Parts: sequence; structure tokens; C-alpha cells
Amino acid sequence: MSIVFERTRGMVDMPLHYCPGCTHGIIHRLVAESLVELGLMDDAVCVSSVGCSVFTYNYFDCDAYQASHGRAAAVATGSKRVLKDRTVFTYQGDGDLAAIGTAETVHAAARGENVTIIYVNNAIYGMTGGQMAPTTLVGQKATTSPNGRSAELQGYPIRVCEMLSTLDGTAFAERVSVHNPANVRKAKKAIKKAFEVQTAKQGFSIVEILSTCSTNWGLNPTDSLKWLEDNMIPYYPLGNFKTPEEN
Amino acid sequence: MAFTEEVIFAGFGGQGVLSMGRMVAYAGMLKGMNVSWLPSYGPEMRGGTANCNVIVSDGLIGSPVVADADTLIVMNRPSLDKFESWVRPGGKILVNSSLIDIKVTRDDVEAFYYPVNEVAAECGNLKAANMVMLGAYIKHRSFLEENDLLGAFLKVFGEAKKNLLPLNEKAVAAGATLV
Amino acid sequence: MEKMLMKGNEAVGAAAIKAGCKYFFGYPITPQNELPEYMSRELPKNGGTYLQAESEIGAINMVFGAAGAGARVMTSSSSPGIALKQEGISYLCGAELPCVIVNMSRSGPGLGGIQPAQGDYFQATRGGGNGDYYTPVYAPASIQETVDLVQEAFDVADTYRTPVIILGDGMIGQMMESVEFKDIQKRRLPQKDWALKEHVEKGSKKLINSLYIKPEEMEPHLQKIFGKYDVIKKEEVRYEKFNCEGADVVAVAYGTVSRIVRNAIKKLEEDGIKLGLIRPITLWPFPFEAFDEISPETKAFLSVEMSMGQMIDDVKIANAGRLPVEFYGRPGGIVPKPIEVVDKVKEILGGAK
Ligand SMILES: Cc1ncc(C[n+]2csc(CCOP(=O)(O)OP(=O)(O)O)c2C)c(N)n1
Ligand code: SF4
Ligand SMILES: [Mg+2]
Repeated sequence: MSIVFERTRGMVDMPLHYCPGCTHGIIHRLVAESLVELGLMDDAVCVSSVGCSVFTYNYFDCDAYQASHGRAAAVATGSKRVLKDRTVFTYQGDGDLAAIGTAETVHAAARGENVTIIYVNNAIYGMTGGQMAPTTLVGQKATTSPNGRSAELQGYPIRVCEMLSTLDGTAFAERVSVHNPANVRKAKKAIKKAFEVQTAKQGFSIVEILSTCSTNWGLNPTDSLKWLEDNMIPYYPLGNFKTPEEN
Repeated sequence: MAFTEEVIFAGFGGQGVLSMGRMVAYAGMLKGMNVSWLPSYGPEMRGGTANCNVIVSDGLIGSPVVADADTLIVMNRPSLDKFESWVRPGGKILVNSSLIDIKVTRDDVEAFYYPVNEVAAECGNLKAANMVMLGAYIKHRSFLEENDLLGAFLKVFGEAKKNLLPLNEKAVAAGATLV
Repeated sequence: MEKMLMKGNEAVGAAAIKAGCKYFFGYPITPQNELPEYMSRELPKNGGTYLQAESEIGAINMVFGAAGAGARVMTSSSSPGIALKQEGISYLCGAELPCVIVNMSRSGPGLGGIQPAQGDYFQATRGGGNGDYYTPVYAPASIQETVDLVQEAFDVADTYRTPVIILGDGMIGQMMESVEFKDIQKRRLPQKDWALKEHVEKGSKKLINSLYIKPEEMEPHLQKIFGKYDVIKKEEVRYEKFNCEGADVVAVAYGTVSRIVRNAIKKLEEDGIKLGLIRPITLWPFPFEAFDEISPETKAFLSVEMSMGQMIDDVKIANAGRLPVEFYGRPGGIVPKPIEVVDKVKEILGGAK
């Protein structure tokens, strides 16, 4: 009998706490598989942030920190400056990275910190129960934008990859999605590439992954995938924004 | 002695255990009693268990945390496992026997088994299982009547859900006949 | 007005709106989310503005801006978020700006946990930011008291030009009880002639500032602020004393813990033991005067807290070495049961009397 599917060695054998259908789980798997395939799993350092993914430190089979809300990029900076040859990555939500952690993120990129950011954008604060995030789309309802986000009152959602790719310190920035198998494959490629950029000491790398939150979007998991495709991708176009020149 | 009733409602998210508690609290308040309602909160709510503590009293309410419940209402099995020991000796446990296939193990409490899911389905909507249980509950603890609960229903769910009143009336009445 | 069953977090919002609060700057954190959510729904209907900041640091500085412009303004969070606000609170105190800050506290240090705790007593009463300052701190024990104190807090803030903290916990935030919105006693509030106005009056430049670069100016600035603190200590101390006359032991407890002590009082009565309760309602200023008279029967004070012991320092100061000061605490999000307090009291008295 041949094995067609198995748990990646990069993840600890324990049930994930995510809601049924949440795409955080897929993204975990992609990150772990990428690190394993690149031979980086054993010396990886995960910086978990504050959001639904706060417990990633339990799931990835590597050393980890748990950072305060928004500060993961700063913690990663400190860690990487000491542990120059380890693969340091953060795993952050959109509230964590693009609201409270904007300063830390922008400055880590500007300094060209040689770390990788796994940025999970689900357009909502998941963990705290569905409040408006900096990435919530105009018109999208959230518990603190009960009538839908209004551009006049709350401004516009932030496109992180586009913003960071203007900075000279950013070496790699790509936006991907995990709403169907073809995109899951592309997402893994991008994640692998980002880690390779770090290994080659080329500078700051970020992969933004569009993700679902059925629980707080008020949709079932299948409709959530469709909602992501129909609403998020038009505003957050997929693709590579920056990549180091081959030499 | 002053009247005080301390209740724990427990089940999984979606069974309406938090609203059961709110209805009892609201109904108690409308009858002029002091009430408190304290829910469990946090990520454990995510698809997991939910519970609330309700205290109704004609005196001042001390701790809102129910440590020795007069009544425990359990809507699913993990809730019975978790809270069976939280009932005071001589207290009552009302068990949703549609979903709980084990018996209460303690012999210093009174246990009652009601298939509230089936009864609710017969009334026309499985979602009314919590109301069936409440109908049974108020027969055991006679400080509330069916009308008090229905008055509280409108307060908890708002006038917009008025159309659901007949179903809930039926469910409460059906629950009352189980006792 | 008719009684309503309200959740603590929402009741805070309703009370603030009733007190004329027009601006609220929030950021999500459990267990206070229902407050910003309530404000996002209700403030706009009442002619106000709700804004979600990018962080608690953002929110507290938005408060600085709005308070400096003379508005009644509020922000809220829970422990780790309140920690982030400390710099802003220090600046608000330095610039003498009135506002109300709500902390529905949870356990720490660090990310800690989300269940109710009282580990922020030091942070609230000692000032978590830099420099010489205090803020009045109210610790309600019921939703009704929360509603009353929130309204009071806005008036106290305006009277003394100071931030005021409402220190609840996860239980106060999440619990529902019946509330009535009574009119609080009206105070004569000073004009906010120091605030920036929509229409500029020529020759009356306004400056909202905490920078006094010359020591000979900074010192009198602090003396002036502490002069206000002396008045607050005289006029605004609040506490409740219950069952203390002839008590064997007097417990000291605030917020929800005081209610657990009340259950313990009843249980101990059955055993012929009299437990008294001093319940500080203002944590700063601390009600030292409540400790002036001690019954000759009283053998000890017992500080009961949901922490490793913080208020006990104030109890010791108040006690001034007269009686033993004992402690019972459950930290980390554990809520003590009345029976634990009963057992502790019996232990202090050397077994059953
Ligand atoms: C200083 C501080 N503020 C607020 C919080 C509460 N908090 C926990 S998770 C979270 C947001 C999570 O949203 P996001 O980063 O988008 O992650 P998601 O849950 O959506 O994956 C917040 C605000 C906190 N823990 N610390
Ligand atoms: S709340 Fe949303 S983001 Fe969090 S685990 Fe559930 S579905 Fe995923
Ligand atoms: Mg998010």
C-alpha cells in the first residue's frame, strides 16, 4: 500500500483549535511543509502573534516565541540579530500586523530585517469576535461597523504588500490565497520562495495570504471561499509585488 | 427564609443555553426580584460548550458565581460530566435525555430526564428544545409561570421575533406536561 | 425609568451616553468587546462619534485630542491594552485633561488569560506611567453601581481636570443584572475655558501640554496638581462598611470579590462567627478613614483579592501596625468560592470558635 497523504513532520500531532472550515489550518500546513522540504524545519523559529493563531507555538514543531499584540516583527528582529543562521518567521493576522503592529512591520521592512512574515488577512478580527479590521472591506459588516464599513467614517482598507514593496528593505512581497487547490499550490510556492530569500540573506520577505473566517463573516465554509474570491481578490489582487533579482 | 434560586444552564453553543438563562433572569426581574446572569466567555465558546449562572432572589445577590446550584440544567453530555458535582445536596438536575444517554451518578440529588429535542420536534421546531426544558423547569421551581417566560421571551428576543411566540408558547406548555 | 436587564459592558456605554459622552475611541479585546460594539451602534444615534483606533496607544491619544478640545470622551480596554495606554494616561495627567478610562480586567502579566482578575490594582492606583501622578479609581461591585459610578466619573473628571478610571473585571463586563438609570446628584462643573474651541477668540491662545522644561516651572505645576489630589482625598473617598461592629475578623475586598465575601459572611453567621467587610469603592483615594475605628473584638484584617496580593499594601498602611493583616487570594482568572473565604477566616481564628 502506498501512502498518498500524511501529516507533515513539521507539525505536532495534536488537534487544531480553529473553527471547522477555517483556512488558518491550510496555511499552517503550507508553512510546515515548506520548511520541511527546504530542510529548515529544525532550525526554524516561529514568532506567534495575538489573534486566532496565537497558539501556533503549539502546532509548529520548532522553537517559538509568543509576542505581544502587534510586536512580532520586533521580536523577530531581536531574535534574528542574535540567531543569524536560524530561519525566523512571524505568523500574524491582519489586525495584529496592519493595525497595532504597523510601525513594527514597516520598520522591520525598512531596515531590511532578514526575517519572513506570514501574514494572514481575513479582513476581520477573528479571535475577539468579528470587529472591524484595518483590512475590512468598505461596506463589509463587522461588530464595530454594524452598518458596514464606511469610507467616510473609517477610511479605506490597507494593502500591505503594495505598501511594503515601496520600501527598499523589502526583498520579497507576494499576495496569495487558499480558496481553491490551484491557489493553495501557488501559495506554497510563494511561502517557499520567501524562506529561500531569508536563507540567501536577501532581506525582508512577506507573504500575504487571503484567508476565510466563516464564524465571524456569518457564512458557511464553502460560501466563505466564494466570498473571498468575489470580494477580497478584486480589492487585494493576487500576485508578486517584489522579488530579488536573480544573479 | 428569603427566597433564592441558583441555576446553572449548560450545553453546546447553538442550543440556546445562554438565552434560557436570560429568560429566567428577565422573568424574575419582571416579577420584582433581584437577578444576575453570568455567562462563560472566551474562545472556548467556539463550537464548544456554553454555560451560564443565574441567580434569582428576593434579597441582595452576593456572588454571581453559582457554586452550589439549586438546579442544574444540562443539554448535552459534556455538561453533565462537568457540572454534576456543582449541585448542592438535595438539588435537582434536569437532563436532556435526547442527547444524554447516561444517568446522574449522585444519589444525594434528584434527577429528571426529559427528551426535549423530540418534544420540540413534535412542536414543529427542534430549536425550541430549550423552551421545552424551561417549561419543565418552571414546574419544578414554582416562582415563575408560563406567562412570565413568554413575557421575558419578547424582552430577550425583541418584538421582531414576535412571530415565534406561538411556537414557543407551545413548547413551554409541552415541557410543562412532562413533569 | 423602567428596570432593564443589561450586560455590564453595555451598561457602561449606556451610562456614558446618559452622562453626555460624545466620543469613544476603542480597540477590541476580551472581555470588554461589548462596550465598543455598543458604542459603535448607539453613539452615532446620539449625535456622537465612535472610532476604532489602530491600537490602544492610538485610542488613548485620540482621547487626549478630544479631551483637549473640551469633549466628554471615553476609552476602554482590558489589562494588556490598559498597559499600553499608560503613557497616554501620564500625558493626560500632566496636561490635566478630563476623560474616563474603563478597564474590564483579566489576568496577567503578559498576555495572561481572559478570565476575571484583579492584578491591575497597582497599575491603577500607583500610576502605571511615568512621573508623579494619581488618577481617581472607581471599583463597582454590581451593574447598577457601575452605571451610577460611570456617570459620576465624568463629573469628577471635569471637576478636577483629571482622567478617571473605572476598574471592573471580566465578571462585571460580562454579567447581566437589572439596572435603573437614575439621575445622579448634579455638581457645579467648572467652565472648560482652557480647552480648544471651534471658534477661535482672538488673543486667547490655547495650549494642551505636559512639557515644563524648567524645573522651577515643573515643580509648581506638580504642586498645583497635588493640591487637587488633596481635595480629591478629602471630598471623593467612597467606601462601604458592613457588619464591622463587633466583628471577629474584618475582610477588605473590592468589586466582585466583595460579593463573594458577602456570601461568606452569611455562611459564617451560621457558625456564630462574625465577619465584617470594608469595601473600598474608590481604590484611589483609598478609604483609610474606614479603618480608623476597630472593634475590640476584631482580631485581624483579611484582604481578599483575585490576585497574588496588591490591595493588601494599602490595607497594611491603613492598619498602621495595629492588627495582623492576613491575605486570601486566587489569581490567574480563578474566582474564589465563598467557602474558601470561610475556611480562611476559621483558620485565622484558630479553627471553629
Ligand atoms: C494589547 C492588546 N490589545 C488587544 C488584544 C486583543 N486581541 C486579541 S486577538 C486580537 C485581534 C486578532 O485579529 P487578527 O490579528 O486579525 O487575527 P485573526 O484572529 O483574525 O486571525 C485582538 C485585538 C490583545 N490581546 N492585546
Ligand atoms: S474565528 Fe475565524 S479566523 Fe478564528 S478560527 Fe474561527 S474561522 Fe478561523
Ligand atoms: Mg484577522
